[in-house]
Amino acid sequence: MAFPEPRPQPDRLPQHLLRTVDCQQGAVRAVRFNADGNYLMTCGSDKSLKLWSASRGALLKTYTGHGYEVLDADGSYDNSQLCSCSADKTVVLWDVATGQVTRKLRGHAGRVNCIRFNEEATVMLSGSIDGTVRCWDTRSRKMEPIQKLDEARDGISSLKVVAHELLTGSVDGRVRRYDLRMGQLHVDFIGSPITCVCFSQDGQCTLSSSLDASVRLLDKNTGELLGEYTGHQNKDYKLDCCLSEKDTHVLSCSEDGHVYCWDLVEGSVTLKLPVGKAVVQSLSFHPTEPRLLTAMEGRVQIWGAEPEEMDTAE
Amino acid sequence: MASDGESEEDFVTYGTPLEPLEEDEPLRKPIPVQDQTVKDEKGRYKRFHGAFTGGFSAGYFNTVGTKEGWTPSTFVSSRNQKAEKQNARPEDFMDDEDFSEHGIAPQQITTTEDFVSGRPDQIRDKARAISSLSAPIPGDTLLEELITPAQSSIGVELLRKMGWKDGQGVGPRVKRRQRKQNIDVRVYGCALPPSGSEESEDDEFAPENVTFAPKDVTPVDFTPKDDVHGLGYRGLDPLQALTGGSGASHINLFTLDSDRASLFAGSRKAGQHRKGGISGQGFGVGAMEEEDDDIYHRDAMSNYDTVLGGEEPGDGLYGWTAPQQYRQKKKDSSRDAAYVGKILEGFTLASKPEEAKTVFPPPALPRDYRPVHYFRPVVDTSSVSPLVAQALQTSRGQLSQDAPQQSRHTLDSTQRREMLGETSLQGPRSVFELLDSKDRERLNEIRKASEEKRSTLQDRFRSSTTPSHSHTQPQVSKAQPDVQLQPLVSDTQQQALSVWSSPTAQTGQAFKPFEKNPSKQARYERYVSHLKQGDKDALEVSLDPTMTEWERSREQDEFLRAAVLYKPSNSSLSSRFTRGKHEDDTDSVEVARDQEGDVNDKEAAVKMKMFGKLTRDTIEWHPDKLLCKRFNVPDPYPGSSIVGLPKVKRDKFSVFNFLSVLDDRQISQATPTSSSGGAPASSHGSSSAASGKRSRWDVAEQRPKVKEAEQQPDHTVTATSATTSDSTTAAESKVSESDAEQKTKKAEDEEEEEEVRPPIDLFKAIFASSSDEKSSSSSEEDSGKEEEQEAEPEMPIVTPAPPVVPQAPPTSSLINMTEPETRIADKGEQKDASSVKTADVDYEEFGPRLPPPGQVFPSSSSPVREEKPKKQSKERHKSKKEHKHHKEKKHKKKSKKHKHKGKQKKKKKTEETDDSSDDSGDSDSDGGDVIKTGFVSNEELLQRLKNLRGKK
Repeated sequence: MAFPEPRPQPDRLPQHLLRTVDCQQGAVRAVRFNADGNYLMTCGSDKSLKLWSASRGALLKTYTGHGYEVLDADGSYDNSQLCSCSADKTVVLWDVATGQVTRKLRGHAGRVNCIRFNEEATVMLSGSIDGTVRCWDTRSRKMEPIQKLDEARDGISSLKVVAHELLTGSVDGRVRRYDLRMGQLHVDFIGSPITCVCFSQDGQCTLSSSLDASVRLLDKNTGELLGEYTGHQNKDYKLDCCLSEKDTHVLSCSEDGHVYCWDLVEGSVTLKLPVGKAVVQSLSFHPTEPRLLTAMEGRVQIWGAEPEEMDTAE
Repeated sequence: MASDGESEEDFVTYGTPLEPLEEDEPLRKPIPVQDQTVKDEKGRYKRFHGAFTGGFSAGYFNTVGTKEGWTPSTFVSSRNQKAEKQNARPEDFMDDEDFSEHGIAPQQITTTEDFVSGRPDQIRDKARAISSLSAPIPGDTLLEELITPAQSSIGVELLRKMGWKDGQGVGPRVKRRQRKQNIDVRVYGCALPPSGSEESEDDEFAPENVTFAPKDVTPVDFTPKDDVHGLGYRGLDPLQALTGGSGASHINLFTLDSDRASLFAGSRKAGQHRKGGISGQGFGVGAMEEEDDDIYHRDAMSNYDTVLGGEEPGDGLYGWTAPQQYRQKKKDSSRDAAYVGKILEGFTLASKPEEAKTVFPPPALPRDYRPVHYFRPVVDTSSVSPLVAQALQTSRGQLSQDAPQQSRHTLDSTQRREMLGETSLQGPRSVFELLDSKDRERLNEIRKASEEKRSTLQDRFRSSTTPSHSHTQPQVSKAQPDVQLQPLVSDTQQQALSVWSSPTAQTGQAFKPFEKNPSKQARYERYVSHLKQGDKDALEVSLDPTMTEWERSREQDEFLRAAVLYKPSNSSLSSRFTRGKHEDDTDSVEVARDQEGDVNDKEAAVKMKMFGKLTRDTIEWHPDKLLCKRFNVPDPYPGSSIVGLPKVKRDKFSVFNFLSVLDDRQISQATPTSSSGGAPASSHGSSSAASGKRSRWDVAEQRPKVKEAEQQPDHTVTATSATTSDSTTAAESKVSESDAEQKTKKAEDEEEEEEVRPPIDLFKAIFASSSDEKSSSSSEEDSGKEEEQEAEPEMPIVTPAPPVVPQAPPTSSLINMTEPETRIADKGEQKDASSVKTADVDYEEFGPRLPPPGQVFPSSSSPVREEKPKKQSKERHKSKKEHKHHKEKKHKKKSKKHKHKGKQKKKKKTEETDDSSDDSGDSDSDGGDVIKTGFVSNEELLQRLKNLRGKK
């Protein structure tokens, strides 16, 4: 594992509020950037999924068809498809342009917590409270998943896909990494229920936040602890964590209404972003720029490194 | 193809343009293929005839001349040309095409293949084209093509310039006398062995000032062996064979080795050799031969050795081998020389002779050994049908019923020990002794506590209810591990006794849990029959006294469990269910082959922050083929058909399966017992510590609760009542178990019917890790009403439950439903959040929750949390599972009843006792977490219970 080299100039952190978007869709359960960071998706508790322009904050499309609150969404690499999962136990594949449901897949026994496309958007992977990850083929019309990964002993709270690797975090306190190329499953025991897992941008580390209010950076290959980040509050809720665009900082939601930002190497809190009074539910980092999305209650806030000068909509 | 007129000069055109079509010109018919002709550059027809160079211009067009045949050529006198040399060259008979570039004899100068580079060098071609244009004679690069590279390499040229001559060695000249070049001993590759003979031969005069060039070195041959001949094979050299060249280097294939006449008759000179290289028998004497050789070889016996073994003693001068032997002896120093022609190129003789391998003779077989083994058929009576067994018995005279004496595999360790006459081991006899004192103490504590509790409860229920109710008591909770908790075992024993001796017990015993082991089954049946008679020490009587203590205790445990599990079902109940047509399946279950390691170790490692090897498990995992395809990776296990984790079949009834299951259960069970059963209860921490394992939800939940308890002193009251209700519940569960029929009836007509319910332990066992009931009594009070209102429309109306309700996990859905609001209220933020209604009560959720939606969207549902029943472990026996499911269902129903009931009660706002008991019932779900400050005596409790009943 190579830590990113210290940079001469201070890192640019998304500390200026650029825009606040009131999504008008109930509580925003998750907010996600698309693959290139130009658009963002918000999952509402009013069963709708909305697509926004990240730069203008304009609503582009609303996708309705879920039967209960939408919990997670992801966009394909070519922006032609969206996938979302919901508490109605279904996984839905959307056509971006028409807003129609391309496929609605039932199979999970409980609410589906998280969903991701693989790199080529040929497979959707969904993790559910029933403790399974199901791999759905987007190419075929089959209603059954390609494979069901039922190794977890409790609900899946988070999953990520990078290249040929699948990372899942489960409430049974384990982070599982499925290596398709090697045909191996690596199980890392964390102990406390996992709320969110991430790969680092360089693909060498995994980040996992758990209900014992700590975020841990583990070496992907050996499972050794590289860093532990504490100070925030996370005892009850499923909150997100992520790494900054250059792996320099670790960010996590907190129940005290802040987003905590730690220096990855030093482990010290470099930024405590006051988002609001309530719980910061979800956050998403721009893939290439220092830009952050946070979701609190019904609003989504967009944060950037520099204050936006002329065209601030507020 | 033809380009437009205006920009014609800009285009490069290929081929001949088609003639522009005239408007009025009639379309010409295309010429059919057979009429099309090919003409050469002189306008002659070319036809395919299949001649020398590609087929054109054969036939009479070129050779004969006319259609009619040869034209007689006109006579031309050549008298004048007589002096000229008539020299016909092959070119005179060649066609024009043969002189062209691709003909047989191209007349232009072209680079031969030796000098053509493999790849056409474009840059050089271009350069050449340019230079040819600028050359004095344009388009010609004669000079360049005339120059050809020299054949010999530059190294050779340089050497020559330095005075080297062919055949000499390279290096400074030496003073030594030059060796004879034509020595008959050729040395290959390796250096010669030091030979003194050479020096001794150098007795000729060698002038001091004469130097010689060094010897030429035979280069090592690096030609790879690419044929299939043997090592050192050389084909017959026709030159040598025919001209009879130096025979020394040529292997004469046609003379016998034994034909030593030539060797012997050394007088024959080389010049007298026959001219032809090939000679020997089988080849006659040619007419040109001067000599008449005796071609008809006569082999004499004298050519052969007549004595086996070594050489004859003595000087060995007699016999044909003698001269050769002498000669060899003489050249002994240069032993290699004897092998000339026999040593392969690149090999030398070994300096050390190879050691002879010692070969041991095979062992002598005993005299009566028979190479065919006869297998005695061993038949297990339990596995074959009785008919077959009988047949076998008659045929063989004995059955493997007493086979244990025969096959040692069926013996157990005691029997084997007895047979061998060994003394028993001195080590600890039971697992219990292996435990350290602390653990033992803990177990004792647990035991004591449960004993106490049970005794009081039993006393109580004896007084209040009929004993016939007791036989549906849960067994799962009682299934104690065999850690020799004797009192517990005896307790179970009693239970089993009560079960089997009850009047409703059916005599027909269909289930044979130990069918695999007939003797064990027999013992079990004996035990059951004892049970039926009401024998108190049925176990002791029925067990085999010869077994070790450990085995006995294990069997005892198994019997107990089996007896309780497979108790005779009620007639009413059994009439409702039919037996499965098919056996559940074989006696094995599929278990993942690679299991994750011990959790306790990992927890310890996590505590010490020692992530890495300790916390990581790497398991073989097979992705689906299609998944690999979709991910664009090769299938890591191309041949395997497994998907997911590799599974292995494991014996369903394996002791180890039971053990592992039990361990879990024991732990989960220990918690409630110790905490509720009047244990010191100094703090919840100690109790949970005693249990050794906390549920993961405790981590998050404990602290707030303690806080609350501290903040609000009035909680102590509830806590007290919690204890009370806990024991009450337990009591009740002990008390009355009616069968299902009764219950359904009750459910229909009696509102205030006594609730029938298994003891808490069962629930604890089922929902082992589900201790995350988060409700505190304060939350209950805060939000009880609204929760009721919400729940009302959704609740299926079932019979209201009795006042006292245990902490059934499903009720936690009700409790937890309001939990987020109370949490918020506690925090002091979003006071109005409590007005947000929770929508779906029956919606289950677990795991980390979603944050509350806030005020933004009042209609959105707040998260609801409920425990999913823990997955049943596969290893558990099926019927056990069924049993449990059944219980669960009952239980769920009940919990709903309870909700309803509680609601009603609250509406009525009846009595404080009601409230308190209800509250306590709910708050009790905290397990042992609430600090117990008071203790209610059993009498008081009973009184209260009766009170309640009276009111209803």
